[in-house]
Amino acid sequence: MYDFAYHRPKSLADAVSALKGKDEARPMAGGMTLIPTLKQRLAKPSDVIDLGAIKDLAGVKVEGSNVVIGAMTRHFDVASSADVKRMIPALAELAGMIGDPAVRNRGTIGGSIANSDPAADYPAAVVALNATITTNTGKHAADGFFKGLFETALKDGELITSVSFPKPDKAAYMKFRNPASRYAMVGVFVAKTGNTVRVAVTGAGPSVFRVKAMEDALSKNFTSAAIKDIKVPADDLNSDIHGSAEYRAHLVGVMARRAVDAANK
Amino acid sequence: MTISVAMTVNGKPVSGKVEARTLLVQFLREHLGMTGTHVGCDTSQCGACVVHVDGKSVKSCTMLAVQADGANVTTIEGLASSPDKLHPMQEAFRDNHALQCGFCTPGMVMSAIDMVKRHNYQLDEATVRHELEGNLCRCTGYHNIVKAILAAAPAMKAAGV
Amino acid sequence: MTATGIGARVLRTEDKRFLTGTGRYVDDLALARATYAYFLRSPHAHAKIKSIDISAAEKMPGVVAVYTGKDVAESKVGGLICGWVVKDKHGEPHKAPPHPPMALDTVRYVGDTVAMVVANSPEEAKDAAEKIKVDYEVKPSIVDLAHALDKGAPQVHAEAPGNLVYDWEIGSKADVDAALAKAAHVTKIDIVNNRLIPNAMEPRAAAAEYDKGTGHYTLWSTSQNPHVLRLILSAFVLGIPEHKLRVIAPDVGGGFGSKIFCYADETLVCWAAAKVGRPIKWTAERSESFMTDCHGRDHVTHAELALDKDGKFLAFKVETIANMGAYLSTFSTAVPTYLYATLLAGQYTTPVIYANVKAALTNTAPVDAYRGAGRPEATFVIESIVSKAAQELKIDPAELRRKNFIPSTAFPYQTPVALQYDSGNYPPIIDEAMKIADYKGFAARRSEAKARGKLRGIGFSSYIEACGLAPSQVIGQLGGGVGQWESAQIKFNPTGNVQILTGAHSHGQSHETTFAQIVSDKLGVPLENIEVVHGDTATTPFGMGSYGSRSLAVGGSAIMKAADKIIAKGKKIAAHLMEASVNDVVFENGTFKVAGTDKSVPLAQTVFAAYVPHNYPLAELEPGMDENAFYDPANFVYPAGTQICEVEVDPDTGVVEIVNFTAVDDFGNIINPMIVEGQVHGGIVQGVGQALLEKAVYDSDTGQLLSGSFMDYAVPRADDVPSFKLGYKVTPCPHNPLGVKGCGEAGAIAAPAAVMNAVHDALAPLGVTHVPMPATPMNVWRTIHGA
Ligand SMILES: Cc1cc2nc3c(=O)[nH]c(=O)nc-3n(C[C@H](O)[C@H](O)[C@H](O)COP(=O)(O)OP(=O)(O)OC[C@H]3O[C@@H](n4cnc5c(N)ncnc54)[C@H](O)[C@@H]3O)c2cc1C
Ligand code: FES
Ligand code: FES
Repeated sequence: MYDFAYHRPKSLADAVSALKGKDEARPMAGGMTLIPTLKQRLAKPSDVIDLGAIKDLAGVKVEGSNVVIGAMTRHFDVASSADVKRMIPALAELAGMIGDPAVRNRGTIGGSIANSDPAADYPAAVVALNATITTNTGKHAADGFFKGLFETALKDGELITSVSFPKPDKAAYMKFRNPASRYAMVGVFVAKTGNTVRVAVTGAGPSVFRVKAMEDALSKNFTSAAIKDIKVPADDLNSDIHGSAEYRAHLVGVMARRAVDAANK
Repeated sequence: MTISVAMTVNGKPVSGKVEARTLLVQFLREHLGMTGTHVGCDTSQCGACVVHVDGKSVKSCTMLAVQADGANVTTIEGLASSPDKLHPMQEAFRDNHALQCGFCTPGMVMSAIDMVKRHNYQLDEATVRHELEGNLCRCTGYHNIVKAILAAAPAMKAAGV
Repeated sequence: MTATGIGARVLRTEDKRFLTGTGRYVDDLALARATYAYFLRSPHAHAKIKSIDISAAEKMPGVVAVYTGKDVAESKVGGLICGWVVKDKHGEPHKAPPHPPMALDTVRYVGDTVAMVVANSPEEAKDAAEKIKVDYEVKPSIVDLAHALDKGAPQVHAEAPGNLVYDWEIGSKADVDAALAKAAHVTKIDIVNNRLIPNAMEPRAAAAEYDKGTGHYTLWSTSQNPHVLRLILSAFVLGIPEHKLRVIAPDVGGGFGSKIFCYADETLVCWAAAKVGRPIKWTAERSESFMTDCHGRDHVTHAELALDKDGKFLAFKVETIANMGAYLSTFSTAVPTYLYATLLAGQYTTPVIYANVKAALTNTAPVDAYRGAGRPEATFVIESIVSKAAQELKIDPAELRRKNFIPSTAFPYQTPVALQYDSGNYPPIIDEAMKIADYKGFAARRSEAKARGKLRGIGFSSYIEACGLAPSQVIGQLGGGVGQWESAQIKFNPTGNVQILTGAHSHGQSHETTFAQIVSDKLGVPLENIEVVHGDTATTPFGMGSYGSRSLAVGGSAIMKAADKIIAKGKKIAAHLMEASVNDVVFENGTFKVAGTDKSVPLAQTVFAAYVPHNYPLAELEPGMDENAFYDPANFVYPAGTQICEVEVDPDTGVVEIVNFTAVDDFGNIINPMIVEGQVHGGIVQGVGQALLEKAVYDSDTGQLLSGSFMDYAVPRADDVPSFKLGYKVTPCPHNPLGVKGCGEAGAIAAPAAVMNAVHDALAPLGVTHVPMPATPMNVWRTIHGA
């Protein structure tokens, strides 16, 4: 790891100003992605702004029919939150599937979403549940937030403060783990709210994406049978030693059907 | 950047000067000479480095020493209440031959204790195996580790730890 | 059986330090004024080094020294050696290209050592290494074993034309071909034994210190065999006289073979310690371990089994290409020959066997022994083809095996591939395994699974292995460069407690407990009064170390011999003290007695007399109670067993789940069942890892290691495997004093075939006959959909 200047602001305003005017300042949430990256010397920030001491960034609140999760809320706290379990059990389950217990004790929803790892779990929930991402400067709709491989709509120095998830009628997440890293090789989040169904896929492509054909079929008939013949083209999907694009495309179908069945249970 | 840190490790106050980039595990091993906590990988996967920070299991290779400033850290060296009285989890590992080379053991034991407490002393085999996702052992094949954790849960409850 | 003696489930002595964080591994050492080494590794699979510029690195903060291959060569450091000369089929020794510890003008795999930085901290060393400028001319590389021997393949070394290290054979090709030609049935297979990365949880590490005053070097190394490491470094590489080099292998966090060998890094750390005049420490990062630890397996094999109409095996032919990597590691040449082809008879009476093995160089990390070394590869070939034959002939796989087992009356049994099996009784083993696995109930379980949409399969693997290396003269005839005996010293202290000094080394195998049990049992000394000392060339007698499941069979036997000498001496002292004739003295439960009288003297009293020889037969007997023994076995030992694996395959995803796993082994007599079970569990999981998860992958264009971290190389985790059901049958080894066979490798040897046969059985209804190993979800899915 290269050395850097370390800051631990106590307020969001201090964090925002600490980020300004530095050559290469990086916010740090749980550090579960950032620290491994630094250890491999893949990044060389001049300054690291630790968000860990900003009290009001962490926590789960219910606002009307929305669950609002602070950016610094740890995966463990989302997985075990009574509010999340009651309102959107699929989201609690998803958080409980991220990494291992020690990772869940540190990693945060804000860090995961900001990172936009193609194999991360949260982006599938954000997109399928049509969440709203709040930052220090404004709000982002889920669609359009994840722009590509490790790329989001966040501007330099923009910090996620919370994510608001509307409660769906039914939802489920199915994750097919990469046998080595245990990240999502394919993860499919299916959510039904009224007559609207959203299907978001993570792990399979460069970034999370929706499957329009499945959404259309499921909004007419929310059963796994309705999508059994829908195939996702393999063309733009990821391919690596654990899963070819064809295999991933196939798994999207299997995981989507299983997610629908689980949502209907 | 050099920073002063102070924390409680195994009940004793400690302090030191570290670089910003110093990891908690380096602080423990190199600054404090507490080499019970191990490093088995560089991608945060093996769990040999697991310690408790403010009562929660964390990978000390994936946390900066400065992030633990002011925290309460427990390591494998701090579990036994006296040289002759091991923690029930340590006892269970020994009784069930849950260690061979001993390298993964500190992290395994720390993760196991955290697991038992989080599950309120109630565990089954599938849960234990799932909860061990972040701890690799190349020697034991996990069979006896799982057995040890299942045996330790009631023992911890009985001992009130 | 006493509570702590042979056969008892004694808890381990070593556990307390490991459980309280007080074990001492190499990286735990605190050396005053230590410096830290970092090695710059080649980013290319094959390249010429046109120039190296270290000037900027030398000016970095904290840097003590920077060395390149030129410095090493100028110091007359020798190349790393391959200690086993294999003669090819024309009697020519294998091609032995040089292996400089630091590359001189060419790098040959990603990870080859290019430069060494020594600095005041590890981070500073790494910071400085980034400033080294190397100008490479990238050359074409070959990483794909199947094509390494092709005409026109890129050449790894000029000394080995066509990348061929040797073309070796055993058995009669003519006899086997004749039998194949007229057999009622011939089963054929083409299999790849996937390349593995050992990944002991403790990364390799080394630390060295040079004492200018005495000219002594001390090297701490994560070694499985410190004496052998010292011998190699002294005699071949560094030229430091053996008595001026002390090698210490303290607590070592697993090895599985990968820590047997003499590596470049530890060599260079030792060499540079004298040059910089300060201690040097180096610990591999895990990614370096992935790149530079010797890998295992990596065979491409075609095999044919001839059977008569009743399913009797008539002949077996095996053709294998084995990967050696870019350089020949310490024992690499022996693994696919003497540790592989000599095992191809398995548990069966196959009358004629022929094997041809071609060893190939590639631009990959060196390949050498990994848990089982050669025997897992052999077992995988045999047990895969036997199960396939059973399927083709529609014979029950257990039945076909039984039909061909070597009968218990045939021991000692001479196989057609050199080995003479000393003992065994195979049918009761498979019977017991089938009982434990509830083979009879399998059909019902299969249909129940089918109702849930799962494909259930069952697979057998009946292995034999030759371990407990080994009769030295046999090893010598086969080209091995060292003796293969083991040493022991039993040293009583005047107050009656005992130190057992052994040349074996424990890195998880529990010698501190097992060896103590032997002495406790034999000499009647309480366990708490016994300490086992290992791993330090300055304190222990020269020994060969631990690998090849040899510690107990060979090292334990040496301890028995030393104990016999203690008893013999004690008898003389006791006879003197009791004023009796030595011939009348017997030794029982730690006490010398005069037969037929009530006179007795405890062993401890003879020990005290030996150290305080006031009333002592000094004219005939030396004082002291300290006996040495060396044990050279008469034969290998031959553990055998049967594993039965039951899997469920999810046809939609290709996921294979192991739902039942049974292993029944014959390890001869068992000293501590708890420890043996642990060894079996660990071995099985490494075998399961090979079967379902693990594969080292190099990019065929660039030669980059694609599976270079736990993010991409799947080591089994707790939820990848079930708990195991174990059983034992005992035929004591007839030629060692403990009657023991080895147990360290068995699990890993047998498991890949058991798992793969179960997968094949599960998929048989779909017409699938071959899934590549590892049977990852993608491989299974692809096979199903290509079927
Ligand atoms: C062993 C292991 C296994 C894992 N397995 C999984 C898995 O299965 N699934 C999965 O989804 N993830 C997995 N992860 C990743 C984990 O979930 C991380 O916690 C997460 O990706 C990043 O969150 P963090 O809080 O640790 O962020 P950090 O690592 O601190 O930061 C990540 C990035 O986000 C930026 N950032 C952080 N917070 C903010 C903010 N509030 N606003 C703007 N930018 C911000 C940082 O600058 C950095 O670039 C795993 C990690 C490890 C170490
Ligand atoms: S050292 Fe491997 S997870 Fe920390
Ligand atoms: S006991 Fe050796 S790695 Fe677990």
